[in-house]
Amino acid sequence: MRALISLAIFLLMAGSFLHVALSDELSFGNPSRTEMDDYFIANGQRQTGANNIVAAVLFDYRGIDTLGEASVLFVAVLGVGLVIRRAMAPGSEGDGERGESP
Amino acid sequence: MKKIVRTAARLLYPFAFIYGAYIVLHGHLTPGGGFQGGAVIATGFALMLAAHGPGELSGIFKRAALNICEVAGLLIFVLAGFGGLTHGRAFLFNWLANAGGLFGHSVAHGPNPGDLNTGGLVPLLNIAVGLEVLGALSLIIYYMMTFANHIEEGGPDDAA
Repeated sequence: MRALISLAIFLLMAGSFLHVALSDELSFGNPSRTEMDDYFIANGQRQTGANNIVAAVLFDYRGIDTLGEASVLFVAVLGVGLVIRRAMAPGSEGDGERGESP
Repeated sequence: MKKIVRTAARLLYPFAFIYGAYIVLHGHLTPGGGFQGGAVIATGFALMLAAHGPGELSGIFKRAALNICEVAGLLIFVLAGFGGLTHGRAFLFNWLANAGGLFGHSVAHGPNPGDLNTGGLVPLLNIAVGLEVLGALSLIIYYMMTFANHIEEGGPDDAA
């Protein structure tokens, strides 16, 4: 019974999400709005001086987005360092807490 | 690890570094950029760390050097962004483009052979992100390999 209910919920959610993609509202390969693409292609080289329009969008038009990505990587390293250093340190708080709990 | 692996790694890692540096420095002209090139350079670090073990290397393979790389990358990015404010424009405004100085050459519209000294902030931020990514990925590998070696030697419970 539970499996049937979860299957029904899964099918309902998958159907509601796939409905948009499979219906004719979104045509594959033909984006409906191209004003921004045309703007980047027409002005990217003149405004940024970069031949690679993808790089121009990443580091100039969407620079703050890239700053966020770099910060995410920074925080990821902080997290890995925190977890592993705590697990490695001999006689650390982590060991003590584990020793106290039976 | 075995001597053959160590020797091969020592022969191969400069090529990974050079190819990664090419991808980073030409990011504003050809496909690629800071993230991709930094990841390629980090494979060189991973090769050396896997062959030698994280504790036995010196120089640029030390954890302190990787830390400096990572922090310097993010700092260059943010400081270059604040440079836009000093020119009366928004944060991360491309204040170096078409200015004539560093990375300041103008580029013609349409296909052209490409000039390394163009792009303004784009190549600068590519280099910053490349430093950041190579430091971050190498540090994660470094931490995990140190932890794996530690477990092999008896585990965290027996260390005390």
